Amino acid sequence: MKTYQLPEVKIERDKDRCIDCQVCVRQCAFEAHKVDEDGDVYSEDEKCVACQRCVSLCPTNALTIKDNTPFVKDNANWTAETQKYIWKQAETGGVLLTGMGNPKPYPIYWDHMLLNASQVTNPSIDPLREPMELRTYLGSKPDKIDIKMVDGEPVLNTKLAPQLMVKTPILFSAMSFGAVSYSVCEGLARASKELGTFWNTGEGGLPQNLYEYGPNTIVQVASGRFGVHSEYLDAAAAIEIKIGQGAKPGIGGHLPGEKVGPVVSRTRMIPEGSDAISPAPHHDIYSIEDLSQLIYSLKEATEYTKPISVKISAVHNVAAIASGIARAGADIIAIDGFRGGTGAAPTMIRDNVGIPIELAIAAVDTRLRDEAIRNRVSVIAAGGFRNSADVIKAIALGADAVYLGTAALVAMGCHVCQMCYTGKCNWGIATQDPYLEKRLNPDVAAERLFNLVSGWSHEIAEMLGGMGLNAIESLRGNRLHLRSIGLSTEEMDILGLQAAGSPMA
Amino acid sequence: MIIDAKGLHYRELNEQVRAAVADGETDLTLLNVNGQRYIADAIDTPVSITIEGVPGNDLGVFMNGPSLVVHANGQDHIANTMNDGKIIVHGDAGDVLGYGMRGGKVFVKGDVGYRVGIHMKEYKDKVPVMVIGGKARDFFGEYMAGGTLILLGLDTGGNGQEEIAGNYFGTGMHGGVIYVRGRLDDYQLGKEVKQLEMDDKDREVLRAYVTEFAADFGMDAEEILKGDFVKIKAVSHRPYGNLYAY
Repeated sequence: MKTYQLPEVKIERDKDRCIDCQVCVRQCAFEAHKVDEDGDVYSEDEKCVACQRCVSLCPTNALTIKDNTPFVKDNANWTAETQKYIWKQAETGGVLLTGMGNPKPYPIYWDHMLLNASQVTNPSIDPLREPMELRTYLGSKPDKIDIKMVDGEPVLNTKLAPQLMVKTPILFSAMSFGAVSYSVCEGLARASKELGTFWNTGEGGLPQNLYEYGPNTIVQVASGRFGVHSEYLDAAAAIEIKIGQGAKPGIGGHLPGEKVGPVVSRTRMIPEGSDAISPAPHHDIYSIEDLSQLIYSLKEATEYTKPISVKISAVHNVAAIASGIARAGADIIAIDGFRGGTGAAPTMIRDNVGIPIELAIAAVDTRLRDEAIRNRVSVIAAGGFRNSADVIKAIALGADAVYLGTAALVAMGCHVCQMCYTGKCNWGIATQDPYLEKRLNPDVAAERLFNLVSGWSHEIAEMLGGMGLNAIESLRGNRLHLRSIGLSTEEMDILGLQAAGSPMA
Repeated sequence: MIIDAKGLHYRELNEQVRAAVADGETDLTLLNVNGQRYIADAIDTPVSITIEGVPGNDLGVFMNGPSLVVHANGQDHIANTMNDGKIIVHGDAGDVLGYGMRGGKVFVKGDVGYRVGIHMKEYKDKVPVMVIGGKARDFFGEYMAGGTLILLGLDTGGNGQEEIAGNYFGTGMHGGVIYVRGRLDDYQLGKEVKQLEMDDKDREVLRAYVTEFAADFGMDAEEILKGDFVKIKAVSHRPYGNLYAY
């Protein structure tokens, strides 16, 4: 069938600069660049996904990718995007598929929050010369601690639940081997070790060669139970039960058979070439009591030595669900907002289901405090953290730490073209094609991730010092250090924020 | 070694079991078991555990080697994400048996509940096997991705069900094989599966497992094998291959 879809981008090739070296031809797995019989290189706009790989690697800067959104006459309703979707489905009868997080122009509440700083009355602290504590312990804290004196020395007389110690309140989010390449996993694992933080396997299992990074690894148990066995559970520092993810709340996942090659097959423990289907629900969980049963089956399996996290997507009743999860015995609740990424999700679900992480953090923190159970769980927030300011605002709102997914991929080279589901990622990230995967050097990936998180951590320390605080602990849930700007009173109420300009309470 | 489970919380019971296994005990008997969960959870050693009384949910969860014999009914989630070993239940069992099970065997003498054999999978030489002596409720073999499920439909169970299985049989199935001693109506089947005639290789596989099953329960394998068996397999290994608009 002839497609009615129009090219969305225009590839401009400066013929004065182009030397017909064919780098672009070799780099584009989508075959947007071609070479004719005379050796002249030319481009086909309709194949370009705007991943910018060719632009980055062109030795003479001959290429520019430009927005070429088709002109739609006088219409804010039937936009070029709306028409494109209709044509795609009229031509295939399928479900619209996409990658990464919700790109729609919903409010980004981070940009409506302003941080505080000290002036005169309580001095700011310079983190370059004074101690600044970003270390965070993730796990359940006791209601009270009992201290007894032994030979005049205080000794802790309370058995503490297992904790994850992170040197900075930034962890790497679950991205499964299969959805992302082995090099991505290795880069994340190595960076986590260097940074003193954790990466998360997602539901794709832990590749055998990465078991040595177990002390910096959170392993996931999802509905497909791929690669879940006692050795995998033992290797990890913590175990995360994946209930949902922000990009596609309420639905499961399919890793298409094309992505199940030899190593993915071995790691997920399924035959090569077969679809890896993760059902929408865990079929042993139909209630909070059932969730508790799975949590305790994992605690029994690891003899109560590892924190158990439960990851959910941020949905309308997230606060009540979080309360149930805390009462079910989880040590950590990970909440993924609707800007959280994915390797593949139905477009309509990614763009229309769930709520922003900012509102979810505030609602959950408030609810758990009101019920006097906030100490029982740590909260890790996820879903579109773009910079260190977003992170520190999340902690002031009530999160203990954050998960980075998309930002980590961007650090490694992702240009957010949202074509992850095709497996043709030209940056070697969302692919299992050995030719493409080779493009991502794990050494470079680890270094870039290390640099990014180090930079953000320095910035967080500076901002904390500016507020006169010397420990991230002192900021957690301290919403007086945030003020809102340009929000309705209803939104301010949910976020628990006063307006910028209102005096300190 | 004998452990009396009377009045013990599952945490205490399982601690004692783990300690005994760590001490090198290879043969354990648990007396007065009464609903304690997670027995043999993630145990990696091929020990034998005899259970007197009704064990609680998640019997043999993440288990990797032990042999368990239950001289009573079992509850839900037996062999959840089990990797290896064997579980024999001399009675009925509940729902969601063998969820994500990747290896080992589960033999239930009587009837089972809903969603049994859900998402069983296999990998190379790890092929999980579950044999149900009695009858099963809905969603038998749902999402099944590998392994062998055998449903005998004998009059060995206690749930009084007439039909050998409920509805949505094998729905979402995309791997593995189910053998049923009896015919199912087409309306009972998920749309991803079809009934096929048995071939010689199927009969060989079936004979081996039924013989082992019959020996474990003191039954006559030849008598069971006289029944009219049918094979149920997935139509496609890629049931959702054409779902999306690329």
